[in-house]
Amino acid sequence: MKFIDPHIHMSARTTDDYERMAAAGIVALIEPAFWLGQPRTNAGSYMDYLSSLVGWERFRAAQFGIRHYCAIGLNAKEANNVALAEEVMALLPRYLLKEGVVALGEIGFDDQTAAEEKYYRAQLDMAKELDMVVMVHTPHRDKKSGTIRSMEIAVEQGLAPARVIIDHNNEETVQDVLERGFWAAFTLYPHTKMGNERMVEIARRYGSERIIIDSSSDWGVSDPLAVPKTARLMLERGISAEDVEKISYRNALAAYGQTGQMAEKDWLDPADIDQRTLFEGNSVLRGQQPRIDELQQIPDRIKDLVFK
Amino acid sequence: MTPRELLVRWLSRQLPADATAWLMKSAAQVESTGKDASVYLAVSLVTRKVGKADLALSEPDLREAEGARANWDPRGWSADQAARVLLVLVLQQDPSRLARVLEQLCNSADVSELVAFYRGLPLYPDQPRYLARATEGLRTNIKGAFEAIALRNPYPSEQFPEAAWNQMVLKALFVGSALWPIVGLDRRANAELARMLRDYAHERWAAGRPVSPELWRCVGPHATGAALKDLERVLREGTEPERRAAALALRASPDAGARPLLERDAALAKAVAGGELTWERVCATA
Repeated sequence: MKFIDPHIHMSARTTDDYERMAAAGIVALIEPAFWLGQPRTNAGSYMDYLSSLVGWERFRAAQFGIRHYCAIGLNAKEANNVALAEEVMALLPRYLLKEGVVALGEIGFDDQTAAEEKYYRAQLDMAKELDMVVMVHTPHRDKKSGTIRSMEIAVEQGLAPARVIIDHNNEETVQDVLERGFWAAFTLYPHTKMGNERMVEIARRYGSERIIIDSSSDWGVSDPLAVPKTARLMLERGISAEDVEKISYRNALAAYGQTGQMAEKDWLDPADIDQRTLFEGNSVLRGQQPRIDELQQIPDRIKDLVFK
Repeated sequence: MTPRELLVRWLSRQLPADATAWLMKSAAQVESTGKDASVYLAVSLVTRKVGKADLALSEPDLREAEGARANWDPRGWSADQAARVLLVLVLQQDPSRLARVLEQLCNSADVSELVAFYRGLPLYPDQPRYLARATEGLRTNIKGAFEAIALRNPYPSEQFPEAAWNQMVLKALFVGSALWPIVGLDRRANAELARMLRDYAHERWAAGRPVSPELWRCVGPHATGAALKDLERVLREGTEPERRAAALALRASPDAGARPLLERDAALAKAVAGGELTWERVCATA
């Protein structure tokens, strides 16, 4: 099986993670621009971070045979630093149309302040003008009402729901998101967000249409194997193979591939120029199916497929 | 023809009409507008408008390239790289502006863009201006970006002071790049580089790691005294490619003690003298 992790912060992860991800069958990932764990104090550091997403981190992933795509944007937290936000907004156009930038994101609400709303709307405008897909981060506090508000604003700003992925969903938000025609992504993050047994039940209840899973692994206690583990758990617990493939691979590809910056041929039949520039002939790229039992051999991380 | 005109010709020849039209229109816009933003946007869009196929270049094309700019080797350039360099060259009437815009482009570049801008180094006006950018660029850990500056590029051999040149050659060995595509490798050989390379070889031997046969190419012309002992060791204990490299290095040595060492291996001495053994051959088998 092949997997995509469409929301993961690889700059916070080590090469051990890349090795395990590649062995587990992850062929592609999307890293959205976010904060660094503590606030940036000047636009230069934000710019250098954005450059690293299209530069060094993309290259780093490539050395393990994984295709790295990204989302570019001003995140919700740092929208509150208005002086910084203004400068970052002026920088975004330099990155938004680069190769491999699959979406504008991750944007939305954190505390649901006025400043956050202002820059969320401004970026939705940018996305509309540049015909981009949008990755929306929904707040962890006051999530249900914040999610609904995020969707309403997206529609107000003229975005089509099919062009917007609402991430970090849970049992309380999923129905609204699906009913309004948006993509519903779920972050499988131990302890604090979705657990994966619960995810299995969501798949059982709602099926696989427009449902996506991701790990959002970052510098916290999180699992970059959440996607393949959850896919396996779903299969074990009776979700159909077809649904599992959509939830853990095909839907992410469909949602984020809408602008043509991410396509299956990128990993099934990579261009020679990419091989020379990025991948140095890494054999993992040639569409080989990684052995599913390699997942079992990864020490320490794989004893228990379930995390709560 | 100028390099810019050649790039236009090669691209127009192989791109579909709408791609060429977009490129020419963007180039005109970049040239006429004072706004840097139009360059950033056009450069970003290049891959989706122009694609990434290699430039199809014939022998006459390569000769024309050499005629337009000495030692310019556009083999292996792709359409998107050529288009990006073209968009920068469009600013060449205003070298200050070109330098400023290029700096910004490099600071926000993705990997493919970096490779393009570095490959274009020999073509930008007022060549010494880019020294800091080139030496900074070599600090990268991204191998393709490193090689875009170091290999098949006349810029370092023409513009780098000795210290920067030496670090580049040493780093090429460190990152596993071949040395033979470095332009000016023989011309810029120097005693300090030979010393650094010998020290590196000793380090590798102490660690039980292999030494690239190509290393000895830059040692040979400055191999005197103790350096001969290194070459003797390689001749005695090395793999076939290493032994051939040591033979060539001994032949290039100015030290009177080199020839007797080489002649201990009659077959190799003969191959070197007869001209059958060249660095190209060594590298092909290394």
